[in-house]
Formats: sequence, structure tokens, C-alpha cells
Amino acid sequence: MNIMQTLRYIVKRVFLAAVSLFVIITLTFFLMNLMPGDPFMSEKATEESRAIIIAKYGLDQPIYVQYVRYLKNLAHGDMGTSYVLQKGRDVTTIITESFGISMQVGIRALILAVFAGIIMGCLAGLNKDKLPDSIIRVVTSIGISMPGYVIASVLMIILAVRLGVLPINYNKPGGAVMPIITLAAYPTCYLARLTRASILEVMNQDYLRTERAKGMSEFVVVFIHALKNSLIPVITYLGPLTASILTGGFVAESVFSVPGLGRYFVSSISMRDYTMIMGVTIFYSSLIVMMNLVCDILYKIVDPRIKLD
Amino acid sequence: MKINVLSMQNKISPDDFTPLADSYFKEEALDTEEIGYWKASWQRLKANKIAMTALVIIVILVLFAFLGPKLSPYSYDQQVRGDEAMWPCMKHLFGTDRLGRDLLVRCMIGTRISLTVGLVSAVIVMILGSIYGSVSGLIGGKVDIFMMRIVDIVYSVPEILLIVVIKMIISEPLTNLIDNVPAFHGLQKIGSGLIAIFIVYGCLYWVGMARIVRGQVLQLKSQEFVTAAEALGCSRGRMIREHLLPNCIGQLVATAMLQIPSAIFTEAFLSYLGIGVSAPMASLGSLTSEALNGITSYPYRVFFPAAIISLIILSFNLFGDGLRDALDPKMKK
Repeated sequence: MNIMQTLRYIVKRVFLAAVSLFVIITLTFFLMNLMPGDPFMSEKATEESRAIIIAKYGLDQPIYVQYVRYLKNLAHGDMGTSYVLQKGRDVTTIITESFGISMQVGIRALILAVFAGIIMGCLAGLNKDKLPDSIIRVVTSIGISMPGYVIASVLMIILAVRLGVLPINYNKPGGAVMPIITLAAYPTCYLARLTRASILEVMNQDYLRTERAKGMSEFVVVFIHALKNSLIPVITYLGPLTASILTGGFVAESVFSVPGLGRYFVSSISMRDYTMIMGVTIFYSSLIVMMNLVCDILYKIVDPRIKLD
Repeated sequence: MKINVLSMQNKISPDDFTPLADSYFKEEALDTEEIGYWKASWQRLKANKIAMTALVIIVILVLFAFLGPKLSPYSYDQQVRGDEAMWPCMKHLFGTDRLGRDLLVRCMIGTRISLTVGLVSAVIVMILGSIYGSVSGLIGGKVDIFMMRIVDIVYSVPEILLIVVIKMIISEPLTNLIDNVPAFHGLQKIGSGLIAIFIVYGCLYWVGMARIVRGQVLQLKSQEFVTAAEALGCSRGRMIREHLLPNCIGQLVATAMLQIPSAIFTEAFLSYLGIGVSAPMASLGSLTSEALNGITSYPYRVFFPAAIISLIILSFNLFGDGLRDALDPKMKK
């Protein structure tokens, strides 16, 4: 019965995720074509040769014809080739190649954020209103108030310019440290606050009083019973967090010139590289949709009190 | 008349029906004065020192942004000859950039843009989100499911990508509209870049608010006063306006307040990428990205705009937290 319910919920969510993705693809496709200009606007060519290029890529056909053709190709796993950024190369290849680099930075930032954030949150929550709590609260309040590019600039001034301990360029040894810290800063602080609030809430629950009354040691009460339950809200945040760290690298990537996918995010739009825009959008939104899906399902499995809707 | 001892009959005399003296009510009345919702919230807010400090800083920042440029001898796009690339000094407190523009004034203008973007988008989000959310929650059923699916979809769009695309689409027609149609000339001062940003916020950021309002409406809907209003023939529009929204106004304001920092974040980020406000207008984001080129020799140029934007966001975060606790003590963590 319960398993059937969970299964039905999962099937429903997967179906909805597919619908969302389809809507996003359609929306992006038509919005993209509404932008003034075309992929070949920067090329120095006569009107006729431009018309020939545009016809060659089929961009002169009515928009719905292009749309249907794109969907057909997409169904075969073909995202086309890049028009401008890396002319003639397969979009799928470009994405897998550069996303690999984004992943290398992103995963390490994610691990850093989860560990540092939860540890800081526990320290603060278990020492409420004492010195560690005050320090962590001040630090995290400031941390969530600094835009990524500010953190990047501050790191750069202190670590690279003043002290000269780390290189600005990503490709030199140690170059990944600053992008990782930049990416991890906000989620670390956010997670610390989330964990703290959650621990404070759990510590007031009746079942912990029962544990203490039963004579359990404070260690068991805190680390076995309190912590386990206080990490439930943290799990819900992990999905969006993973998605945002993996897709939100453009600040870190542009400041520290990391050759990841983030830098194509904006440049593909300004260059009107249609196939790249579509490829990146589809890739990123599938990532976001999938992460949210996995997280929601996990959440319901971990915490049976949550009703399936 | 003889009264039976076992009878339950009360003995009533005409004296029982004389009105009580006024002094009786005064004694019965509670000592505390009854205070309204807003007054009580304000008292709670006043007691919160962190939130009040943040409020003072916000007021100072508003004065800095809106009064400051009027007091300065320079204007934000004025290039002072001979003062190029100066370090902070008495003549230019924040120094100048390589074109000789006073950075203090440019930071003031940047702060003005950040604050305007934050406040205006909070208002937009509040209006759109509360209408959408309350309509969805009140009607319920299939309409509700459909409307919430749209919210889910908007939620999973990579927002920066959509912001950039929408902004590029609407910038050009918007500039034409403002320049050519007399009715819109008044908007010239704000600039098409900023208006485009507002429209983008309008399109994307209302979803979080809509979810919260819907949740509140669903809760309120099952209460007696809504049933009573319905029984008296209250229309849906009137129900939303007069019964539902006033009952969740506290949460609405608090959520909108916490929306401000994220709007400021996004504007600064867009300007940092070079697609926000157009030059020579200064934004805290574009000031930082301009300064990054000379980061080795002129770190102060990065420092001031970066510090100001962090201060703005920090004070709005802290004030927003305090406001939420004050307006809705039940939500306090």
C-alpha cells in the first residue's frame, strides 16, 4: 500500500518533470528567436552571402518549421553544431567537455559547503547564545550578504594580489582553490544557518526529553537522535544547492577564467549562437528539474511524516 | 407569595433590572490598553536591536543615495581633467577612475539604482504574487492544480538565462517606445535598462510569493469567517481583497522584504556582466567589474562598491528577519 503510493507519486513527479522540460524548451526556442539579430550578424559579408549562410542553416524557414525540426533532431539526441562560439563543433561534445571542468570545481565546492556548513551549524546550534554561536552567526550573516563577484574580488585582492600565495589563472597549480571558495561561500553560510535553526527546533521536541529521562547520555541524545532529525530540512536544500552550484559557476568561472560551461551561458546568448543557447538551457534545466525531483522523493522517504500529495 | 423551598424558581425583584453604575465597568476593565496589530508589531520590532540598527543603516544609505549626489560638487559622468586615477584623498573621498570621474558620486548613483531595483521589484513581486496565489488558493480544484504547475515550471527555469534573453528582447522596443511615444517620455529618466530589469522580475520572481500566499489562503479558507462571508453572498474578488489578503498581510510584507536582497543581487550581477544599466550610468555591479581590470594597482576601486553592496544586502537581510519576527511571531525560529 505504502510502496504503491510512493511509486505512484514518483511516476507522477517524473511525468510532471518531463512536461516542465518540454515547456522550457519551447519557451526558450521562441523567446530566443524573438531576440533582434542572428548568429551571423558579426560576420563581414555582403547581403547575398549572408542570405546564403542563413539559408544553409535553414534559418530562413518559418519559425515553427525550425521548431519542429529541432524537436525531431533532439529526439534523436542531436543538438546540432555550434554556429559561432566553436563553429562547426557538436553542441553535445562542447557541453560534455566544458561541463566536466565545471563539475571538477563544483563537486569540490559542494563537498566543502556541505561539511563546513553542517559543522558550523551544529557548533552554533549546540552552543546557543555562547561565543561560537555569536561568531558563526555574524560570519554567516555577512557571508550570505556578499554577492559572488564580491567574494571573488576580495579573495583575489587578498590571496593573489597582496599575499601572492595563489595564482589568479585556473590552469596554474592551486588555481582551483579560489573558484572553489567563491562557489562554496554562499551555500556554506546558508547551510550553517539552516542547520542551526533546525537543531534549535529539534532540541525542544518531546522525544528528546524522553531520551534524557530514559537516562541516555547527552552524546547519544545529540548525535544519534537530534542530529539525524535536524538534517531533514538540510536534505531538501541539497537538491537545489547541487543544481545551483553546478549551474551557477559563471561568476567564479569568468573571474578566474575557468574553461567551464558557465562562460558559455551568457556568451552564447550575446553571440546569438542558437544551438548553443538551446543546448545549454536544456542541459541546465534538466539538471535542475532532476535534482529537485530526486530531492523531493528522498525527502518523503526519509521523513514519513510528510504526506504524499 | 409563598415560595416552595424545593422549587428552582428564582426570586426576581425589579431592582435586578436597573443599570449598573459606570464605576463597576471601570473596575472590571483590563489594566492593559488594547493595541492594534501594527502597533504591536512595531513594538516588537523596536525591541529588536539588530533590526533597528539595520533600519538606521538603510535610512543612512537612502540619504547617501538620494541626497548625496545633490551635495557633491561633481556629477556621476563628469570627467575632471587632471584628476585621473587618484587614490582616495580629501578632494575625492573614494578616489577617481581612469577617466577622472569621482567614485564617491558614482557609488551614490549605484546605491540609488540598487535601492530602486530592490524596492520596486519587491512591490511588483508582492502585487503579482499575492493576486496569483490568492486566486489559485481560493478557487481551488483543477484550476489550482493547473496554476501551481505553471509556478513549478517557472521555478525550474534557469533564471539567469531567461533574464538575459528577456532583457535582450525587450531592451530595443522599450527604448523606441520611451523615445518615440510622448506618454512614456517621463520614463526616460529611469532608463530602459532599469525598466527592462523590472519587467524581468515581474515575469520570474513572483512564483515564490504566489506559493506562500496560496498556502496562507488555503489555511484561511477553512475558517468560519470565510464561510460566513460566503454565506452572505461575498464575491470572490471582494473575498480576496477584504478578507483573505488583509489576514496574511504580515507574511506578505515580510516575504517581500526578504525579496529585496535577491533583486539587488541580480541587478548587480547583470551590470557586472555588462548587460544591466547602460554606460555612463553607474551601478555597483558595473563599478566593480570596471575596477577589476586595475585590481593590482587600484584595489580601492573594487573595495568601495563591493563594501557598499554587501552592506545594503546585509542590512536588508537583518531588517527583513526582524520584520518577519515582528509581523508574524508564530514564524519565529
